[in-house]
Amino acid sequence: MRPLDLRQGRIDMNHGAGGRASMQLIEELFARAFDNEFLRRGNDGATLPVPSELLDGGQLVMACDGHIVSPLFFPGGDIGCLAVHGTINDVAMMGARPLYLSASFILEEGFALADLKRLVVSMAAAARDAGVPVVTGDTKVVEKGKGDGCFIATTCVGVVPRGVSVGGAHARPGDVLIVSGTIGEHGVAVLSQRESLEFETVIVSDTAALHTLVAAMLRAVPPAALHVLRDPTRGGLGTTLNEIARQSGVGMLIDEAAIPMQPQVEAACELLGLDPLYIANEGKLVAAVAPEAADALLRAMRAHPLGAHAARIGSVLADEHRFVQMQTRFGGRRIVDWLSGEPLPRIC
Amino acid sequence: MKYVDEFRDGSLARGLAARIAAELRPDRRYSFMEFCGGHTHAISRYGITELLPEAVRMIHGPGCPVCVLPVGRIDQAIGLALERGAIVCSYGDTMRVPASDALSLMKAKARGADIRMVYSAADALKTARDHPDREVVFFAIGFETTTPPTALVIQQAAKEGLRNFSVLCCHVLTPSAIAHILESPEVRQYGSVPIDGFIGPAHVSIVIGSAPYEPFALAYRKPVVIAGFEPLDVMHACLMLVRQVNDARAEVENQFSRAVTRQGNLAAQRAVGEVFEPRERFEWRGLGEVPLSALRIREAYAEFDAERRFGLVYRPVPDHKQCECGAILRGVKKPVDCRLFGTVCTPENPMGSCMVSSEGACAAHYSYGRFRDHKAQAA
Repeated sequence: MRPLDLRQGRIDMNHGAGGRASMQLIEELFARAFDNEFLRRGNDGATLPVPSELLDGGQLVMACDGHIVSPLFFPGGDIGCLAVHGTINDVAMMGARPLYLSASFILEEGFALADLKRLVVSMAAAARDAGVPVVTGDTKVVEKGKGDGCFIATTCVGVVPRGVSVGGAHARPGDVLIVSGTIGEHGVAVLSQRESLEFETVIVSDTAALHTLVAAMLRAVPPAALHVLRDPTRGGLGTTLNEIARQSGVGMLIDEAAIPMQPQVEAACELLGLDPLYIANEGKLVAAVAPEAADALLRAMRAHPLGAHAARIGSVLADEHRFVQMQTRFGGRRIVDWLSGEPLPRIC
Repeated sequence: MKYVDEFRDGSLARGLAARIAAELRPDRRYSFMEFCGGHTHAISRYGITELLPEAVRMIHGPGCPVCVLPVGRIDQAIGLALERGAIVCSYGDTMRVPASDALSLMKAKARGADIRMVYSAADALKTARDHPDREVVFFAIGFETTTPPTALVIQQAAKEGLRNFSVLCCHVLTPSAIAHILESPEVRQYGSVPIDGFIGPAHVSIVIGSAPYEPFALAYRKPVVIAGFEPLDVMHACLMLVRQVNDARAEVENQFSRAVTRQGNLAAQRAVGEVFEPRERFEWRGLGEVPLSALRIREAYAEFDAERRFGLVYRPVPDHKQCECGAILRGVKKPVDCRLFGTVCTPENPMGSCMVSSEGACAAHYSYGRFRDHKAQAA
């Protein structure tokens, strides 16, 4: 059999049929890129050792995430590394240590193998950098026109040690709200590449795995002081704060001037008529922490490369209406509401 | 951001707020209507209501182009895409507006209609060039700000001899809408609705100039201050309106002098005049039929007029019976006075025009200001 033509070749229906072509794609591309002891066994599933935390009263955490992004390659990343970071982050937001990933590819007939290779290599590098191997996977091919090039669904399994109880429902009045860095970069970076909107920018996606930052945070404060962790992805910071307020049954007051933002992101949003509070992030987190632990937490975050621009943005209030209010830079006060639908540019 | 932050300076805002408070007559209240959705957006987004003294009330006017677009027009656009197989190009914020049969442009798209979001009229023209075998319709909405670009693409299409491009023209005119509000019985009858003055549009006035507001400032004895869309512009305009009211003046003043002249943009006006002519009447959602308040495409450009090209017949669609948008747009009622507000009518499921876009009076209050309705509990 001739080796896969990773330069000129394209995905065809054979690659998903389960025969020789499927085997070849797995061996010459996926297995080679993701190579690890679990994959090498070549079984349908991965058998994994029991992590020590579990023997010590910890709990398993599992999260899945389907990744669709247009375009597949954007400044600062691509769907491959995004599929690793996004799901690791979902596990990390439980205060957990991510251990293993699964990856399921849905490829569209006609998708260039060169592009597939590029994003698989990026995905494998992201997994290696994060120390979270892809231990099992799957590939399916859909007919041309029934997919958008490539969709990737990943699952991550992790373990949360005993004593850590982070969750969206745990915010309490008085808690301090901290965001780990500048907001809006991922969404603006992706938008800047969209057909009909291409604009030149130096903004790159913030896509990153946040589990080492979370580990540093958990080391810095008593585990019980860290109440909520959440990554403001789709829907942005505004929507994430509303999710937490709703789950915890509390209100919030945030200070617009304290929210870290790159001026380029602010300018792009200004130009497009979008609100940066609703723009997606892929490498940021929001934390609600007991007030007495806030300073220590902020220090620990700022000492970590992914938290260098961490800032205290507000606090949690008792409010049966669960309003997220914002003191505007201008001096007024308003609600930061749920995003309704997709953020759409205003014409006027 | 250079040239933007300067107009959003909190300390200047506090200074202006103090100035306004100091100049208010203690024996009276002041009600100003900002006509434009852009101002409504600024007032909500920056929390300007909080900064203004309690005696100054802002009434959100009908100048939200998406909000006043009648359902029957969106039905036409959807019909063109779903039934006639045309590619319909639309501005982003029109995509979500609810139409008949539980549809919207976005939902029609999900049913297979080829509806594309564009950022400019020129993008729609490009779509027509790229698809010579398809009918491409630009769903043209908005006030005088978005009208000149539509005129230019129609002229360009004529020059290029494009055979597959047309425009569903729903452009509306600001001055006639303001006059219509002032003509309404509630406003005219002395004392019933106190609109003491208007904040005049920013971008619209760049195109039409400040002169078109002069006749009704005179006729209705209402001051008009044309203001930019930045929050300090709005505060400054409030101060200028307070001064006019206190001095019993009713003049057109131009706060937005960095962009607006008395004549406006003559080249834009020429292009608009060449391509468009006034319609006898046009339905505004929330206001009903308003005479001479919209534009249609002139006979000379008939082949680019989607209404003529596809033989469209307009069918009006009434709003929910309990919807109070009409009264809210005239300042007679506030959003919270409407029984539908925040219950069955929300930004996710708008029943009336004011809830449709974040620039609408109800949506702005719902999304940015409703905590004030519950202040006692929230404190």
